[in-house]
Amino acid sequence: MDVNATALPRPQWWRRVSIVDLYLWFFRLAVLVVVVWGTVGTLRAGQYSGEVWLDFVIFGFSQGAIYALIALGYTMVYGILRMINFAHGEIFMSGAYTGYFFADALDRAGFFDRHPIISLLIVLCISMGVSTGIALLLERIAYRPLRRAPRLVPLISAIGASFFLQYTFRGLYGSGFRAYPEAEILKGEWIIAGAGILRTQAVVIVASILLMLALYMFVMRTKTGTAMRAVSEDLEVAALMGINVDRIIVITFAIGAAAAGAAGILYAVVFKQVHFFMGFIPGLKAFTAAVLGGIGNIPGAMVGGMFLGIFESVGPILFLDGLGIVAPYQLKDVIAFTMLVMVLIFRPSGILGERLAQKKA
Amino acid sequence: MKRIQIPIALAVVLLLAVSPYFVPAAPAATMGPVTDSLGVVKINRGQPIQIAYWLVVAGPDASLGIDSRRGIELAIEDKKTVAGFRVRLIGEDSGCNAEGGVTAATKLAANRALVAAIGSSCSSEAVPGAPILWKAGVVTVSPSNTAPRLTAANRGKDYDGYMRTAHNDLVQGRVAAEFARRSLKVSRAATVHDGSPYAEGLAGAFADNFKKLGGTVTSTEAIAPTDTDMRPVLTKIAAGRPELIYYPIFIAAGGFITRQAKEVAGLSGVKLMSADGTFSPDFRKASGDSVVGVYNTSPDLSPQAMGGGYPTFLNKHKKKYGENPISAFHPHAYDAAMILFRAIERVGKKDSAGNLYIGRKALRDALFATRNYRGLTGTINCNQFGDCADPKIAVYQHVTADPAKWNAGVDPKKIYP
Repeated sequence: MDVNATALPRPQWWRRVSIVDLYLWFFRLAVLVVVVWGTVGTLRAGQYSGEVWLDFVIFGFSQGAIYALIALGYTMVYGILRMINFAHGEIFMSGAYTGYFFADALDRAGFFDRHPIISLLIVLCISMGVSTGIALLLERIAYRPLRRAPRLVPLISAIGASFFLQYTFRGLYGSGFRAYPEAEILKGEWIIAGAGILRTQAVVIVASILLMLALYMFVMRTKTGTAMRAVSEDLEVAALMGINVDRIIVITFAIGAAAAGAAGILYAVVFKQVHFFMGFIPGLKAFTAAVLGGIGNIPGAMVGGMFLGIFESVGPILFLDGLGIVAPYQLKDVIAFTMLVMVLIFRPSGILGERLAQKKA
Repeated sequence: MKRIQIPIALAVVLLLAVSPYFVPAAPAATMGPVTDSLGVVKINRGQPIQIAYWLVVAGPDASLGIDSRRGIELAIEDKKTVAGFRVRLIGEDSGCNAEGGVTAATKLAANRALVAAIGSSCSSEAVPGAPILWKAGVVTVSPSNTAPRLTAANRGKDYDGYMRTAHNDLVQGRVAAEFARRSLKVSRAATVHDGSPYAEGLAGAFADNFKKLGGTVTSTEAIAPTDTDMRPVLTKIAAGRPELIYYPIFIAAGGFITRQAKEVAGLSGVKLMSADGTFSPDFRKASGDSVVGVYNTSPDLSPQAMGGGYPTFLNKHKKKYGENPISAFHPHAYDAAMILFRAIERVGKKDSAGNLYIGRKALRDALFATRNYRGLTGTINCNQFGDCADPKIAVYQHVTADPAKWNAGVDPKKIYP
């Protein structure tokens, strides 16, 4: 029964358009014009050869792979608890920072140079373990008591936890940065199909893809994964079906944190510097990536991470250089976030769309 | 009830935003034997004279501020008493960014017993921070700000209380360009700055002088100080085929560029040169093995360039702190403290009870009138805009990558002039 059947006839389209719609259209057009003009300008100037563009794309992939791994944690927790875990960036940092001490010890014992692969695996396991431990503590202390609270309360708790972790690490280990030891085997580059790719970046991309595949298989094929998807669709009904919701939530946090811990070590392998504040910006960018790909959606987080990495790497030089802007890389964050806004304007649910039950959206 | 909440919230936000500028202003006052248009500080007999530092003593650039603070501490030890009073050093960390500078300056400006300040470390802190201090009548002498705009002729009355014993970057840019053109004989260079007043000023000075000497600047790039992935910027620079990259930035970003420049195709033979912001063993920690062969422009710390007391200072430093100085501005901080103490002795007046009174404007005028003072860094002559330094810039080159082997002049080795 349609109560609107006897309502007024639909007004003409020009009366339905509001000033907000006009502004949005104008914004979309303006950004598109800037992007196209800039791209045409850069390509016509032809200053950069094909290899250089390939280099940019590879840099983007490797950075994006790290964002994608961290974004997985954000997106899974949001899917289940409808809450943004702002402390996830610090979980990433804690794994990397703790792994540093073991890497340094192994390096000073000479073990790091003799058996680099085993050392890296050891450090990776430690990092993932520490990240998981801290995430589980967070879940128990900061989030579980607030499960029935209004939505903003766990958010504030998450922000508080984020500050707490940052300054705990600062208090424990000081405010300076620590330099990761370098593995000889990872210096230099490999030549694949005529293009040079840095060994560290190749390792990062391959490792991230393997981890993401493993996670995807876990969520799609195993019983626990199915239970996770059920809880994310409807928590109360899943509980009625006999799923232990608390256990599933703990597992979700653990998996997200393990991915973040792995991302921490990969980040340390590429950038070789850890610092108590290093989780803030990658955490923010990964959250952006998760939203970009569709929050709550695991392949979306992966796609969003890759896209964000490529926007940051290729964007300034593709769009801004053609417009004649000096020093375009200073504006790379502007480009990344503008692209996010553009995607959300055109497609508010993100690239792959939100996979949430309607009433929870 | 709800309607009034929005204006109240707006009002609170606005008040918080403008609060740093509402520091207690310094009204004219007469205390004891001293009358001063900006107020008088009274130090009771037996109390110490309070001097504050606002330097970067935490974070990735901590070596810069800690080095300067050690210079001040050694000056206090050497001087023992000023006008018969002990000196007490308090201080704030200023974080090497504008927000840190504002916070540190606001906290210090609220301290009515503060006589003067020494700082800041980074020019980005001084640009908003020095006016806040001067509004409260606190004069500040910087040991390591080098941005040209802080002592430019058009700097404005807000900076009347600001002066520095560090060199002006117009000099450093010139020396860097001369070294690049005449000694290294490069004709194409690229610059990278990080948006801070110091880096932009120095990169600009280098580019201007380089072009004047006949070179070409292939690109002027910029990054954010918190950036970690420099490879896209370096790839863009590589497309212009420069022979030298000059990156006068700070330690964290400088470390990333040094490491990643070796990994970018097209930059394999390019020489790398940084400036005094990265002149520290922490830069070696950040860059790893790729720091070998990197050049640094920095104040000349060799015995011929420095004043007579420098070797004694180095011995005292080694004995007290157990290591060589970790940055380049310790002698400038020492000199800043010394000229401050001399100015206090000149303008401070005692009453019959033995209390000391210092007029703020008189202190400022006495500091700016410092002429022909023989300090550790050479002869200090302050001009009306606050440039006091006797600038001598040298170029160093890193011999090894070991932070423990840091010894300015030997490793990194001084190679020019």
